[in-house]
Amino acid sequence: MEFIKDFINFLSDPKILIVLASALLFVSLRYPHKFYTDRAAAIVFSGMALFLVLSMFDADFRLIVSKPDNVPIVGMLFLVPFFTWFSMREAVRNDKRLADGKPLTEQEETAEKVLTWPDLVYTELICMVVLTVVLIGWSLLLPAPIEEPANPSASPNPSKAPWYFLGLQEMLVYFDPWLAGVVFPSLIIVGLMAIPYIDTNPKGNGYYTLKERKWEISVFLFGFLVLWILLVILGTFLRGPNWSFFGPYEYWDLHKLEALVNVNLSEYIWVKALGMGLPGNPLIREIFGFIAILAYFLAIPAVLAKTSFKRFYNTLGAARYHTMVFLLLAMASLPIKMVLRWLFNLKYIVGIPEYFFNI
Amino acid sequence: MPNLKDRLREGLEFLSPSNVGKYIQESQIYRSIFRVGVPDSDRKRMLVMLGSVFLHLHPVKVRKSGIRMRYTWCMGGITFFLFLVLTFTGLLLMFYYRPTLEYAYVDIIDLREQVPLGIMREIHRWGAHAMVISVWLHMYRVFMTGSYKPPREFNWNVGVILLVLTLLLSFTGYLLPWDQLAIWAITVGSGMARATPFLGHEGPGAALLTLGDIPLVSNTSDARFALLGGRFVGEAALLRFYVLHCVGLPLVAGFLMAIHFWRIRRDGGISGPV
Repeated sequence: MEFIKDFINFLSDPKILIVLASALLFVSLRYPHKFYTDRAAAIVFSGMALFLVLSMFDADFRLIVSKPDNVPIVGMLFLVPFFTWFSMREAVRNDKRLADGKPLTEQEETAEKVLTWPDLVYTELICMVVLTVVLIGWSLLLPAPIEEPANPSASPNPSKAPWYFLGLQEMLVYFDPWLAGVVFPSLIIVGLMAIPYIDTNPKGNGYYTLKERKWEISVFLFGFLVLWILLVILGTFLRGPNWSFFGPYEYWDLHKLEALVNVNLSEYIWVKALGMGLPGNPLIREIFGFIAILAYFLAIPAVLAKTSFKRFYNTLGAARYHTMVFLLLAMASLPIKMVLRWLFNLKYIVGIPEYFFNI
Repeated sequence: MPNLKDRLREGLEFLSPSNVGKYIQESQIYRSIFRVGVPDSDRKRMLVMLGSVFLHLHPVKVRKSGIRMRYTWCMGGITFFLFLVLTFTGLLLMFYYRPTLEYAYVDIIDLREQVPLGIMREIHRWGAHAMVISVWLHMYRVFMTGSYKPPREFNWNVGVILLVLTLLLSFTGYLLPWDQLAIWAITVGSGMARATPFLGHEGPGAALLTLGDIPLVSNTSDARFALLGGRFVGEAALLRFYVLHCVGLPLVAGFLMAIHFWRIRRDGGISGPV
């Protein structure tokens, strides 16, 4: 039993969890007809339910999962995979119909119009009644949390933002607040709003499909499932005092020490590679970081336009293409920084703490 | 003269449920409210959709493929319903809650201990969490069906702003219980604003904005100060968040929801294959 718990604790380490989840997502998108089947869903969801029920016998697990504000996130843990499976199953079915030259599931009924009363109004009524019952039952069973009165001089450890912002708080491990808390959230909003103007693929409008929109769906699912939902779950259940990582069966030890041996890129280059001291002028000190960042955002789009993204450049035109690649690069910077941190303990690519300018 | 038994039977027949129902439905009061009556024919079913201010959000007829729960997951409707539930329970909570350092916490305690129907705060809180999730799932569905594609680009954008408003509504409400959970969550969340480039006193570029020797962006004049009305999460922040939570954000959200629903109709109803 302890061995299994240790193994699950080991698997929930952010590095392993994020890599495994990304791999699972992309493999499942490569072979959707094998992964998004009824049988796979039955196995996965009963496995998850079994995991949850058995884990409840562990005191540390129970403590974190049954915290009242975490209950909705446990629900989300089931809902988001469920709807992922559900929509992908519909997509696989539709893709098969398209391949067979049959009409889509939606198309079979599209031409037909029905009266809103009763067909839609009754569905809505039933939804409202069920939801009301669920809300009242939930509220009777689980009191809303209330802790000690506010005390500005006693900060709890860990201090966590509301749960839906914990993905952003988790980003703080890899980026400074001006990026994780301001620039990236803004870019998420801008990026979401840009989607309909960047995605000029006329197919897949108004029905589930994977084959006709594989690229869009892959990017969106990576962003939504891995970089948002998974980070929220990580931040909620697996981050304890001092934002240290704690496995689901681990006691939240206030004194757990994690050695911070992170090194800036400037130190790697000037001190370790060139054997010199750090230059005094921050602009010269960070010159390699600046070059790296500029190359990342300026050279990569130009190179991609000529190579693997040539078809995007040709179909989208310059403005759409550059907006898309900029947003993609901004999104990719998070997993890239994660990997650099895990492999090389890299702290900042550009580090000018004098001006709060750290990347 | 009819005997007593017959008169009794007549009276009971008159009071039978179907008869009373018919009597009510034929009354002038009922007919003045519900012009169409029971929608028992297709014509009446159409008229009832046109006649009601609530139902006329919907068209009279809809595509069968579009209203399948398999297709929509009903998430947009659930989100709207949760918004209504939150408005209603929130209104009740406002009767008892005073946003001051002296009363905020004890008023919240009293909501469970003293107030009849003491689960209003529970419904409000769990409904708020559920709404955040249902908005995410609604957008998830819209993405997976490609429903943001033309002609619905603009409505997707309105939806993104509504998502942000939902998160802000939840965020501002998080402070109001004024317990440890509340102030420290808001301290962490609003602390990000101090790192806003140029506008936060610990943000990159802020040091460049000076007037001679005087820094223009300090901890009493930056984005965080504007958000909290102070240098820390205190009484001013509580009042600010309360006003935004109860008045400012719901008004904007309601306005945008009207646009959102209107545009669904204008853009051709619930999406479907062309």
